[in-house]
Amino acid sequence: MSTPPSPPPGSSPALASQAEIDREIAAQYQSYVDSRAAGAPARQHPDRDYPPYRSSALRHPKQPLVSVGDPEDVELSGPVFGVTDVTALDSDLTRQHTGEPLGERLTVTGRVLDRDGRPVRGQLVEVWQANAAGRYAHQRDDHPAPLDPNFTGVGRCLTDDEGRYRFTTIKPGPYPWRNHRNAWRPAHIHFSLFGTAFTQRLVTQMYFPGDPLFPYDPILQSVTDDAARQRLVASYDHDLSVPEWSLGYRWDIVLDGPAATWMEEGRL
Amino acid sequence: MSPLPPTPSQTVGPFYGYALPFPTGGEIAPAGHPDTITVRGVVLDGAGQPIPDALLEIWQAGPDGDLTGRPGSMRRDPVTGGFLGRDGVDFTGFGRVATDADGGWVVRTLPPGPHRPGAAPYLSVCVFARGLLHHLFTRIYLPEHADALAADPVLGALPPERRATLLAERDHDRTYRFDIRLQGGDGGHEETVFLAFA
Ligand SMILES: [Fe+2]
Repeated sequence: MSTPPSPPPGSSPALASQAEIDREIAAQYQSYVDSRAAGAPARQHPDRDYPPYRSSALRHPKQPLVSVGDPEDVELSGPVFGVTDVTALDSDLTRQHTGEPLGERLTVTGRVLDRDGRPVRGQLVEVWQANAAGRYAHQRDDHPAPLDPNFTGVGRCLTDDEGRYRFTTIKPGPYPWRNHRNAWRPAHIHFSLFGTAFTQRLVTQMYFPGDPLFPYDPILQSVTDDAARQRLVASYDHDLSVPEWSLGYRWDIVLDGPAATWMEEGRL
Repeated sequence: MSPLPPTPSQTVGPFYGYALPFPTGGEIAPAGHPDTITVRGVVLDGAGQPIPDALLEIWQAGPDGDLTGRPGSMRRDPVTGGFLGRDGVDFTGFGRVATDADGGWVVRTLPPGPHRPGAAPYLSVCVFARGLLHHLFTRIYLPEHADALAADPVLGALPPERRATLLAERDHDRTYRFDIRLQGGDGGHEETVFLAFA
């Protein structure tokens, strides 16, 4: 396809412009900065009600969450995974087909820690991502960029005794979406993580340093705290790059929520 | 040492479908187990519309109240790289299902037992969706165990209409219904109670 597609008839009558979204992002940011100046605690996660991300409008609860904190809550334990749940090839997204995928080959590695800095051992890490052209191997992704027959973009592994995970993949491309007119997602890899407690569950996205799309993206900007947002960006690590083979990125992950310290013994 | 700041959450987005769901994800009960119960429902947004791209995860105690869990929910085939499905014997306590085009979901599992003496058993549910920037936790309490439900501290602190959102409705024998409403709406439907863990 050589020309951009026209929008399907009857779709989204009034998409906001990027300038309108930028103003909304700036207003959300300012109100967070003001709240901090007035003594509010730092916000580590996105607010579920974040108007610049249009899909959040009808998909966030309006009632406050109900606090629970019984040490015997079921959620302080969690599912376990083992060597039967992964295969050796699952962590190498470039070797899941007969040919090599197109794109810039990467190693992405880091440690998964709990908030006390202890390694999260033997837990499942799942990743999924677009191909180098910014297209997902998903039927509902109708971005007119080529699919790559040698790239699915799904991986998983178990963390080792130091909490380390490691994937070989290719750099995903940025892609357009319909949050607003001319909306583009910065390149990212989706991550799903388990801790030793279900309360530590995390689904997030890893970004690449220096991406020019950061300020325009309401999903990344939904993390209004500057330091927290920076924690979603991997670092390029030249020592991880393999000569004449791949570029290295390091991204450490800290799981929130009470850890199942009382359950930890005997789980591995 | 002050605690490390956590990595922020981001939405699961619309395209997790070829990555996270796995065959037999909703078949938590060992195949053909006579005590199997079915729990089904829909996930709805603030306009009462079904959410076709939500993902639910279930974690629960076994029928004996045991919370140890077991690997093998998503067994993989080292020969083909595909999924083998569960082994049909072990109870892992974990399930994962995506909603269908009508926002519907279903899991077949064994009824959880009390995780401590006198506790009201429940299925813990973690909800992900496009449009949801940070997952949500809720609980499915089963309507049997009246005494334990009456003594449950979480249910006891809620007004009746809020409390009702955490109770599965018995449809018919061994089948329960549990709808999840991410947001209360003008249609008068009550928003599901979601939980935060201290
Ligand atoms: Fe994405």
